Amino acid sequence: MSLGFEEIERYSRQILLQQVGGKGQEKLLASKVLLVGAGGLGSPASMYLAAAGVGTIGLIDGDKVDLTNLQRQIVHFTDDIGTPKVESAAAKLKAINPAVNVETYEALALADNILGIVSRYDFIIDGTDNFPAKFLINDACHFAGVPFSHAGILRFDGQLFTVIPGETACYRCLFGGPPPANAVPSCSQAGVLGGVAGVIGCLQATEALKYLLGVGELLTDRMLIFDALSMRFREAKFRRNPRCPLCGENPTITELRDEEQIACDLKAAKA
Amino acid sequence: MQITSNGKPAEVTDNITVTDLLKELKVATPEYVSVELNGEILDREQFATIRVSDGDTVEFLYFMGGGEL
Repeated sequence: MSLGFEEIERYSRQILLQQVGGKGQEKLLASKVLLVGAGGLGSPASMYLAAAGVGTIGLIDGDKVDLTNLQRQIVHFTDDIGTPKVESAAAKLKAINPAVNVETYEALALADNILGIVSRYDFIIDGTDNFPAKFLINDACHFAGVPFSHAGILRFDGQLFTVIPGETACYRCLFGGPPPANAVPSCSQAGVLGGVAGVIGCLQATEALKYLLGVGELLTDRMLIFDALSMRFREAKFRRNPRCPLCGENPTITELRDEEQIACDLKAAKA
Repeated sequence: MQITSNGKPAEVTDNITVTDLLKELKVATPEYVSVELNGEILDREQFATIRVSDGDTVEFLYFMGGGEL
């Protein structure tokens, strides 16, 4: 595969980078990235990946665009309200870069569908909003051997790290399993500043691009923690946990399963 | 004694257990916080017995969801 004139022009600002070049651009065009969740994190992440010329972008999301999404989910526009998020996002990604092949899955990511989908991609971006889904992505990527970027956002804070299954610490190394329903506030309960989703989603896209290009140092075995109020980034370093239930020395999780779903509703918590 | 707690210096009781440290530093939702001591992830069952020493680095990691909703 060699780049055409228009491709060289379109991607010229990154082809200029010594670590990218024509070869790197060809790698990106041949790469496949899956975004689980086309929301606050998936919006900016998917837009930058499409713009960068990642050849295939997969989107999984079972939701439709809602008015309350638009404050931060910038891939969706006011006219998209009521449209499936994957459809709305796919249209924007194609408009940004018609050369990108967008694959959509209008579904919730669950144990019975996620593994087959994840296995078809080179890198996964976790842009989900709930803990069962985050653990499911972690586990599916472990079993499929596909690296992924984990991230979370809340209020003015965000955090992310990258996992190379079997090599670096995973989400279960840190947290074991999901917290009980409503034990930890969600964005719909506690709120989130739109720009925080943008910052973290862009960092996830950057990790994906670095991984695909094979350049730099990935955000593995360390969590980058962003506090917008003090406008500071902090880093927490860690190592793989030998007692991890998934990737430790004596794993108790040997197949993919769904964790209990969290009811993201304060009223449910009070009842 | 002085430790580093989430990247910042903190003055805490000498030889304190992790359980007591969570209280002393008023860590929010202590039952769902992951604790790392000098880069090592601790088991919850160890919180009551493991003691923190002068100069240690402690990180409290919180669950954070967000994204799609």
